[in-house]
Amino acid sequence: MELADVRRHIRDRDALARALRDVLGPGRVFAHPADLLAYEYDGSVLQAVPDLVVFPQSTEDVVAIVRVASRFGAPLVPRGSGTGLSGGAIAPVGGIVVSMSQMRRILSIDLENRCAVVEPGVVNLDVTRAVERDGYFYAPDPSSQSACSIGGNVANNSGGVHTLAYGVTTNHVLGLEMVLPDGTVVQLGGRGPDDPALDLVGLVVGSEGTLGIVTKVTVRLMRRREAVRTMLGIFPSIEDASQAVADIIASGIGPTSLEMLDQLTVEAVEPAVHAGLPPDAGAVLLIEVEGVREMLDRSAQIVEDLCRRNRAREIRVARTEEERALYWAARKGAFGAMGRLAPNYYLHDAVVPRSRLPQIMRQVMEIADRYGIRVANVFHAGDGNLHPLIPYDAATPGETERVMRASEEMLAACVAVGGTLSGEHGIGFEKNNYMPWIFSEADLEAQRRLKTAFDPEDRMNPFKVFPTPVSCGELLTRRPPRLAASGLWI
Amino acid sequence: MVTQTGAVPAAAPIPRLLIPELDKCIQCGFCLPHCPTYRLLGVETESPRGRIHLIEAAAQGRIPIDRRFEEHMYVCLGCRACETACPAGVRFGTIIEAARAEIGPTGSAPARRMTLLALRHLLPHPGRLRAGARLLRLYQRSGAGRLARALHLLPRRLAAMDALLPPIPDRLFAPAQEVFPAIGPRRARVGLLSGCVMSILFAGVHEATIRVLQRNGCEVVVPRGQTCCGALNVHNGEREAARAMARRNIDAFLGAGVDAVVINAAGCGAASKEYPILFRGGAARDAERAARYAALCRDVTEFLDELGLRGPLGEVRARVTYQDPCHLAHGQHIRRQPRELLRAIPGVELVEMEGADRCCGSAGIYNLVQPHYARQLLEEKVTAVARTGAAVLVAPNPGCMLQLAAGVRAHGLRMEVCHLVDLLDRAYAAHAAP
Ligand SMILES: Cc1cc2nc3c(=O)[nH]c(=O)nc-3n(C[C@H](O)[C@H](O)[C@H](O)COP(=O)(O)OP(=O)(O)OC[C@H]3O[C@@H](n4cnc5c(N)ncnc54)[C@H](O)[C@@H]3O)c2cc1C
Repeated sequence: MELADVRRHIRDRDALARALRDVLGPGRVFAHPADLLAYEYDGSVLQAVPDLVVFPQSTEDVVAIVRVASRFGAPLVPRGSGTGLSGGAIAPVGGIVVSMSQMRRILSIDLENRCAVVEPGVVNLDVTRAVERDGYFYAPDPSSQSACSIGGNVANNSGGVHTLAYGVTTNHVLGLEMVLPDGTVVQLGGRGPDDPALDLVGLVVGSEGTLGIVTKVTVRLMRRREAVRTMLGIFPSIEDASQAVADIIASGIGPTSLEMLDQLTVEAVEPAVHAGLPPDAGAVLLIEVEGVREMLDRSAQIVEDLCRRNRAREIRVARTEEERALYWAARKGAFGAMGRLAPNYYLHDAVVPRSRLPQIMRQVMEIADRYGIRVANVFHAGDGNLHPLIPYDAATPGETERVMRASEEMLAACVAVGGTLSGEHGIGFEKNNYMPWIFSEADLEAQRRLKTAFDPEDRMNPFKVFPTPVSCGELLTRRPPRLAASGLWI
Repeated sequence: MVTQTGAVPAAAPIPRLLIPELDKCIQCGFCLPHCPTYRLLGVETESPRGRIHLIEAAAQGRIPIDRRFEEHMYVCLGCRACETACPAGVRFGTIIEAARAEIGPTGSAPARRMTLLALRHLLPHPGRLRAGARLLRLYQRSGAGRLARALHLLPRRLAAMDALLPPIPDRLFAPAQEVFPAIGPRRARVGLLSGCVMSILFAGVHEATIRVLQRNGCEVVVPRGQTCCGALNVHNGEREAARAMARRNIDAFLGAGVDAVVINAAGCGAASKEYPILFRGGAARDAERAARYAALCRDVTEFLDELGLRGPLGEVRARVTYQDPCHLAHGQHIRRQPRELLRAIPGVELVEMEGADRCCGSAGIYNLVQPHYARQLLEEKVTAVARTGAAVLVAPNPGCMLQLAAGVRAHGLRMEVCHLVDLLDRAYAAHAAP
């Protein structure tokens, strides 16, 4: 079956556009072919042109859009900043992309109760920026935090470099307002830590836009710890660094971050950020501990001892805030910097039990060798969340297929040691057909029934998360050759 | 590509638009929050990532180069803040300039003709520019300007230009001598690029630049053969005249045997350093000379920083805030040097404004082409500036100085807008006559 066969044809697109313009005004409905092309992609390498793009500015706008769409039977694809890595914000079967990028107000901040109510288009980092002067922050901090939206974070249950200590998005969302596919507005959760109702917030967080359109988010704010120490451990090999990760966690000092960069990553990122990372190190471990000032010297000493015991040749401590920012810039700029190594890269997001890290690293490298490809590893080592990254050039005939086969093998290796398909980037339209690797038909059916309860007509972000008769490979191969050469695939 | 909506019209592919810079974009979206127009409008089509995607699509013939495409390409300020934000090192400036070269200048047919006329027949000729400036001065002083404004006689774009243009000063920059001797032992022989707008509206800044350079042991040459750098041409999709202008400057300065070409306008500096891109794919001789020339080019703050500022500086008591010109911070990665020079002046208290490296909306002739967006950006900027409580706003680029001065005036702020060398010059003078 091909995508063209499953595309949801909208009866009268022009009438639909007119109806939407009537409620939103002319500037907030895109139908021009060039404008639609700017919404055929997200942070993944998949592409599909939507029928229309709309820009709500309020919950009422969203309700109006959903009602009109319902009349025309048009699918709806919510979109935040389009940094998602699994094709979640593109429209593989067509429909209306609902861009939340004009709903970006911070509605209220309540420091006493440590929460804030924001619109979904607010950029993740802007929440922290709004409260940092008072000593607070919003904990989930994906590497894309300077660009991705809170709505996208909620949909993908995004994690970050401090997930090790603070958890993922679902641990920081207290309440939601959501518009259901029939136009009903529901309030889920509240402002407190526990809500007497069924935990529908927990259900919606991570649902990847398949249940409704989130229009308000109440997020938890956290108080900054008194002090932080950021260190770099320079290791001869990735196995040594992995062992150090296991030892540091076992020691019980409770680091807030353990992030790994291997040699190839350093090669890509150093020219971009100039953080002074040694080009000949087998692996660099970025370690952060937080707490009361007096405690940090001792924690840092333990970290240093454990690193040295695992053959670290050097430990660096950030002495200034600038230096700390530089270390983090190296970590957070790593994916983007891959553009410097090769025109394409294929990026994985898989999780393994942390104790299996050294073993899986060896396996990944072995698979890479066998396929004759390079792998850059940059990942949340503390969470066992791997991101093997394969730089390649799609212009070389057969290269894409080779990389895809190798990648699938790596993913299978992770699942085989008790891991899972995705740590934080979501399933979207990229890994949905791998779902049966880890879920039984009964598991999947239970999830489907839940989706149907919210969205009986299957118009909310269709073809995502659940296995489909068509695979994303088709969207990939349909990219004109040159475009494929500037993409990114997880 | 009719696999999707089927609504995508075919057009002829444009292979020369498939420039290597396009390849580096991995569509991560990190540029979005740094783009002034995306911040204003919240639509992908007015973001760097969106523009790159559309340019690539046009190059492949997936969309035609039509009015809509033109709009998206010209809503862009060309501020290049996205380049600073980009982890993959995409040179967006080069990409957007290539796209504009396919379009030519923007606007209605008469507006395009007028812009082209200015780009091809006015900017390259310093003599004509000066003559034009004198005429304009006459118009401004005769009261005809006031009358035209009162009666709303001017077309929209001219009216915007009229409102923005400061009075043409009495003195234009046309020095009688070509060489200014170093004061004290000679440390370097440098050329000064006099440019178009700078030499008409900011003769004082050029004179201050020369004095400051002389005091720093530089022999300063202002070669007669030089002309406007061509930045406005390149930014507005005109490359023919731009190349001719670049060749003239290259000849003038390489012929002058200077150690450096000092440039005190950020936009000219960025364009001059990028001459090699302008000659890409052309004759080997051009490419080689452009590379040699580009290697000599220095912003005045960059140059003084490398050379090491010579004292003694007198005191200039002032609270100062610094606006990073886009083509200095993003285009040339120069941020530290101007701040250090300011801090070197005794009595100067430097206070940072919020978002100092955010575009003020001037962006070459952007404020004429897109006055609406330019005004919104200026509002944001003046608010940030006012919050610093500074008495002096330093912005080492003519476009920024004009735009900011207009903003400061409109808000009734008591604030001087000037170039960094103005303050340095004052500090030297203060020492000489305390
Ligand atoms: C360089 C780079 C680094 C990254 N690093 C990380 C990382 O460290 N950790 C991590 O977890 N992720 C990371 N990501 C992935 C991505 O940034 C996250 O998934 C992010 O949460 C997506 O947010 P967005 O606003 O861009 O959403 P989009 O990509 O626009 O959308 C993502 C999903 O959310 C849905 N959605 C968006 N808004 C709404 C709404 N209001 N209501 C309902 N559904 C909605 C969409 O339908 C889609 O399914 C990275 C991405 C890049 C490019």
